[in-house]
Amino acid sequence: MTDYLLSLILFTPLLGGLVVMLLPGENKPLVRRVALGLSLIPFLLALVAWFGFGNAPEADGFRYQQQLTWYAAINSSFHVGVDGLSLSMVLLTTLLTPLAILASFTIEDKVKPFMALFLALETGMLGVFLSLDLLLFFVFWEIGLVPMYFLIDQWGSPKGERELWKGMKMPSRRYAAFKFMVYTMAGSLGLLLAIQMLGVVSGTFDLIVLFQSWPSLTGSLFGLDIAQVKSIAFWAFAIAFAIKVPIWPFHTWLPDAHTEAPTAGSMILAGVLLKLGAYGFLRLVLPLYPEQAHQYAPVLALLATLAIIFGAFSAFAQKDFKRLVAYSSVNHMGFVVLGIAAAAYAAGTESATIALNGAVLQMFNHGISAAGMFFLVGVIYERTHTRNLDEMGGFFPLVPVYGGLLILTSMASLGLPGLNGFVSEFLVVRGAWPIFTAYTALSMLGLLFTGAYILKGISKTLHGPLNEAWNKKNLPDINRRELAVMAPLVVLMIWLGFWPAWLLNVINQAVVAFFG
Amino acid sequence: MTFPILSIIVFLPIVSGAVLLFLPSERRDLIYRFALGVAFLTFLLSVLVYFGFDIEGARYQFMEQYNWLPALGISYFVGVDGISAPLVLLTGIVIFTGVIISQRIDDRPREFFAFLFILASGVFGVFVALDMFALFFFYEIAVFPMYLLIALWGWKKTREYAAMKLTLYLFIGSVIALVGALAMYFASGLQTFNMLALEGAGFSASFQQLWFPFVFFGFAVLGGIFPFHNWSPDGHVAAPTAVSMFHAGVLMKLGAFAALRVGIMLMPEGAAYHLPWIILLSLVNVVYGAFIAMTQTDAKYMIGFSSVSHMGLVMMGFATLTYDGFVGAGVQMVSHGVMTALFFAVVGMFYDQTHTREMGKLGGLMKVMPFAGVAFIIGGLVSMGMPGFSGFIAEFPIFMGVWRSYPLVAIIAVISIVITAAYILRAVSRIFFGDIPAELEGHLHDIRPSEKLALGLLAFVLVSIGLFPGVMVPMIESGVNHINEIVHLIGGA
Amino acid sequence: MFGSITTDMVLAILPEIALLVLIAVVFVTDLVVDEKRRGILAWTSIIGLLITMLLTAFFAQPGAEAETLWGGMLRHDWLAYVSKLIFLFGALITTVFTLNWDSVRFKGEFYVLLLTSTLGMTLMGASADLIMLFLSIETTSIPLYVLAGFLTDDDRSTEAGFKYLLFGAMTTAVMLYGFSLLYGFAGSTGLYEISAAIGAGQIPAAALAGAAVLVLVGFGFKVAMAPLHFWAPDVYEGAPTPITAFLSTASKAAGFVVLTRVMIAAFSSVQAEWQLMLAIAAVISMTLGNLVALSQTNIKRLLAYSSIAHAGYALLGVIAASELGAASVVYYFLVYVVTNMAAFGVVIVVSRVIGSDEIADYAGLSRRSPGLALVMLLAFLSLAGIPPLGGFIAKVLVFAAAVQAEFVWLAVIGVLNAIIGLYYYLIVLKVVYLTPGKDEQKALPTPRPQAVALVVSIVLLLLMGTVFAPWYQWALNSASALF
Repeated sequence: MTDYLLSLILFTPLLGGLVVMLLPGENKPLVRRVALGLSLIPFLLALVAWFGFGNAPEADGFRYQQQLTWYAAINSSFHVGVDGLSLSMVLLTTLLTPLAILASFTIEDKVKPFMALFLALETGMLGVFLSLDLLLFFVFWEIGLVPMYFLIDQWGSPKGERELWKGMKMPSRRYAAFKFMVYTMAGSLGLLLAIQMLGVVSGTFDLIVLFQSWPSLTGSLFGLDIAQVKSIAFWAFAIAFAIKVPIWPFHTWLPDAHTEAPTAGSMILAGVLLKLGAYGFLRLVLPLYPEQAHQYAPVLALLATLAIIFGAFSAFAQKDFKRLVAYSSVNHMGFVVLGIAAAAYAAGTESATIALNGAVLQMFNHGISAAGMFFLVGVIYERTHTRNLDEMGGFFPLVPVYGGLLILTSMASLGLPGLNGFVSEFLVVRGAWPIFTAYTALSMLGLLFTGAYILKGISKTLHGPLNEAWNKKNLPDINRRELAVMAPLVVLMIWLGFWPAWLLNVINQAVVAFFG
Repeated sequence: MTFPILSIIVFLPIVSGAVLLFLPSERRDLIYRFALGVAFLTFLLSVLVYFGFDIEGARYQFMEQYNWLPALGISYFVGVDGISAPLVLLTGIVIFTGVIISQRIDDRPREFFAFLFILASGVFGVFVALDMFALFFFYEIAVFPMYLLIALWGWKKTREYAAMKLTLYLFIGSVIALVGALAMYFASGLQTFNMLALEGAGFSASFQQLWFPFVFFGFAVLGGIFPFHNWSPDGHVAAPTAVSMFHAGVLMKLGAFAALRVGIMLMPEGAAYHLPWIILLSLVNVVYGAFIAMTQTDAKYMIGFSSVSHMGLVMMGFATLTYDGFVGAGVQMVSHGVMTALFFAVVGMFYDQTHTREMGKLGGLMKVMPFAGVAFIIGGLVSMGMPGFSGFIAEFPIFMGVWRSYPLVAIIAVISIVITAAYILRAVSRIFFGDIPAELEGHLHDIRPSEKLALGLLAFVLVSIGLFPGVMVPMIESGVNHINEIVHLIGGA
Repeated sequence: MFGSITTDMVLAILPEIALLVLIAVVFVTDLVVDEKRRGILAWTSIIGLLITMLLTAFFAQPGAEAETLWGGMLRHDWLAYVSKLIFLFGALITTVFTLNWDSVRFKGEFYVLLLTSTLGMTLMGASADLIMLFLSIETTSIPLYVLAGFLTDDDRSTEAGFKYLLFGAMTTAVMLYGFSLLYGFAGSTGLYEISAAIGAGQIPAAALAGAAVLVLVGFGFKVAMAPLHFWAPDVYEGAPTPITAFLSTASKAAGFVVLTRVMIAAFSSVQAEWQLMLAIAAVISMTLGNLVALSQTNIKRLLAYSSIAHAGYALLGVIAASELGAASVVYYFLVYVVTNMAAFGVVIVVSRVIGSDEIADYAGLSRRSPGLALVMLLAFLSLAGIPPLGGFIAKVLVFAAAVQAEFVWLAVIGVLNAIIGLYYYLIVLKVVYLTPGKDEQKALPTPRPQAVALVVSIVLLLLMGTVFAPWYQWALNSASALF
């Protein structure tokens, strides 16, 4: 089973999607339940992989490896495998997908394609984390865009128009979906070119081979010095991933996409898709371009700091609850990048290891808390049909349970000690401090504002005078299904806050093995 | 004597076309069923050729040779290699789906199918011809029925103009190439049109440099190379659905294929001399085609220009003279063929109901014809070069080939991908999503099951190649390996 | 003077003898049969021509070696053989198309003249002597002058006949002057003796070139090549359509046979000079013929200009002055005669019904008569040089000959012209197939004999376009007779 466990994890969602497509479309409850049930299979398999991780055979730092012929003509194969880094991301993905599906039980329109696309999306995301072949990585990297595009385009928020030019208007969700797709694709062009170039030069796309051969390559290419070529390729990779993370100033697609996406889409977008970019940095950029990464790390750190600060400021300025949460992602992902930049700059040192551990843990944590936040925003939106903070207020007495969850999740996101966010942000700051002292100091300023916008969000919704428009009837408290979505997330927030070691151990192993 | 499958596949359509002309014209059902039966048979035969081709085996298979005009060394000589076998399959698929989609031809269906079959015979003939004369013979047979098909059954507004433009362009190309071919025939001193023999003719370098452009451009016109691409979008737009499918799907490959077979393979030194600047033309194709496609509001024009862009990639693959480039170009020919056939089929299906192809006047079609919508989206993803679909499998090696020879060209050409994504997404969202315009409300209905079958078949091919390149790429590689023996490609073994 | 007459000698002129008998039969029938029943004249001619063709085909086939018989007057070779068959075929089809043409079908003199002209052509194909050549050309031409002006109640026909006569007489005079020069220098009228004399250097090059020009004027008129083409459009338009068909096919082919034979046999030593002259003529013919054809609205004039252009293409084969070149000319005319016969056949049938030769009046033909439209389509495609019709291989062969003889530029001009040609053929086809006509619902019946003739022509066209080898063998045999 260990031979093809990853393939099973990878393709069950896709097959599940096909199964869903074959169900009768009128029977919506059936479709939803089947989709949920099918999405639990990869989660269980991922758990199997997680608990069997230590015992699985290892080669070149990766476990559960499987290699099959795929595109022999250009020496690309279907090569998958995991280490602690990717496995934690796989776990996050397979956990969030069922929750997101459960969260979207309220969707009434075209349920069948929605569920099928969602499952297909899961395959796309998992593929990125599992690939040990550069081309395969790119395949999944791109393919995940398609379902996401349709999720936003078709099931995004129904209201809102965006003026393009000369009075031509289009629905906001269309605009957002289009922007998301084209932005990301354009960002990937450089990646595509660089991958092609690597393939041409190395004659293989196998990452394990490339990790050995590419960084040590010397001489000249295309009439340029190899270092220059590598620098260019480094930026090609970095920009593609930076857009996905997103790092300031490449983040502008994110607020639109997050805001317009359906709740489940936002959960996955914030919970997993953003991690793809950070994962790309960790899996590809650092090992393939150690020298360039070192050289350009200060730039990355600067951008990360700016993301933290501007993300926080922008979040604070929002009136739209969902946009506020969206900008908070820019802010939090900034810490991930800061950790990565620090590690790249001072590779091999203890601080670097700490920063990296923090960054990876932050990826996981942000996945949990951002998904929770977006879900909670979605819950209130479903009831009030507005996301405008000014139209809310004084909800606490109406929805006490919801209020409690919102406060808890916000605190986790804020980084309150005892909850998960604190551990990872602390590790990042601790690791980055000796390396980029000034930037880290500045980003602490950002952290301050994180507190400000989180509190603003809470106070605008829960506290203050009750907006007369709302009462017990049109604003009922959170229901059981919604609780079921939040429960695992809350448990993880608390558990990771108290005992991060169970996850950190695995991550650390990978970090040490991979970057040590 | 072995079973003459290639001859059957070449002559079955044209003979059936002749038979069709003798059926009573009022028996429309009979005519359609007969045509469908023949098309299906042709499709099956093409599948047989494809799967009967032994990748490990000889370079050319299913060979047949009969004297035709021995005094001049002309023979009826056919066979397929790893490049042409997939193209035969492509033609089989397109003729089959094309006939299905033409069920609703009202005006003189008998003649329509007859001409379509003549066209198909010509196309098959070119793909399997191993004799240069036979290749020209079939090439011209393929070009001409296009005129009638477009002029008679095309879109009323532009059909006369487009049909004439197309025919003249292609005819110019073919006669220019013919002069080049005759020059080769006499210069070789071998007294034969047998291309296998001519491959070893050892033309002098100066001869090749002089004559290569004649042959290459003569054929590349049909491949839509810039600046001779102009006929193609007009032709696509004016043609009736099945003909657009054939035209973009197969005929344009004819040009690229013949340019390869007669141009590059017979005059490799000429190719090496000229292709470095020809790649710039193909670059213009790729990028400019995409930009122009972006500005179109008519769905068919958009697809027409996107074909210009995609065929540019085929030419670019050849022009790199690299192993990867050739493999990619080979796959791209099939991938693009199936993809555009799919596009035009879908456009034809909704046009039958909406009577407009203006994207601004359409919308919400997903609600009435979801199957067509999904098929169109799959085509769109192929067009964007989305991984997991055949377009990616084709474009990736082409770009790798370009990297090997001209890195800068790769960097510029890649822009087309994002532009393609933009116009495809826009088209998908305008045509299939949103609300159905008021004036169309109530006039629309789902497509027929047979049409779903056709679209399903086309989409299946695109996805299969995309997910499992192994179903086609090794065959094309075997073809490229043999080309490599003659042309000495960069990166070839 | 001939010595004893051998079987060979008789067989060599078997077609001529048969034709003479036929002429006599028609002549006598015309005298004895009363006016109402003279419809049998046409049938007599048709059957007679068929018999003549069969006799020729089976008994008059020459051996491998060309012979010069009848005191050096006639050649008995493949070129003569094949060309005679072509002429007979042309005459046969022409006669078939007179069958329902009331203004001529009851007139014995029409058929006598037609057959006499055919007789002249068969002799032209075989002439090996300047005198014989001149006589045969006149035997061909004079009846044709009359035939072109045969419709005396039609001004255009009269004008055509008169114009043809005037131009013909003038160019014949010039040609005769050229003949006399040749005779004067070489001291013989036999073509092959002249050739020998030239080979021996007896004739000054300047004089020879002058003679070549003069002779070319005469031949050029017959084949309607530029710049001696002026008569063609008017005559073609005005003459009765069957005669136009005959003029543009058999008569032109006859001109090409003597042109090829005389140029290659007699003028080989000044080859470069006449090649250049003919090359210029070919370029002008093709270009002018095609360009002017573009603007025609009358189908007969269009075909007239197209036939000028076709003379230009065929000249490429002559210019090549090679075996392949000569063979290509023969093949070209095999195809061209059949093709043009089919095209004119449609024109005749249609104009009998609609009473017009305007292209615009062909609108809706494809619905009125799908069969005729299809024949027209195939004939025009053959003219344009599209496979699987004979026109394709014919064009390929002449272009191949030009390329082989290193006249690549000519070949390129030729192919570019082929495109212009395609354009106007398509315009006509567009009208036939696309433009809605006013009488679309009315069927347009084709009488059976004409239908048979058309089908035979089309089948021949398809055969020539697909099964090349036997035809090419004929052409090659004919060509090798010249070298």
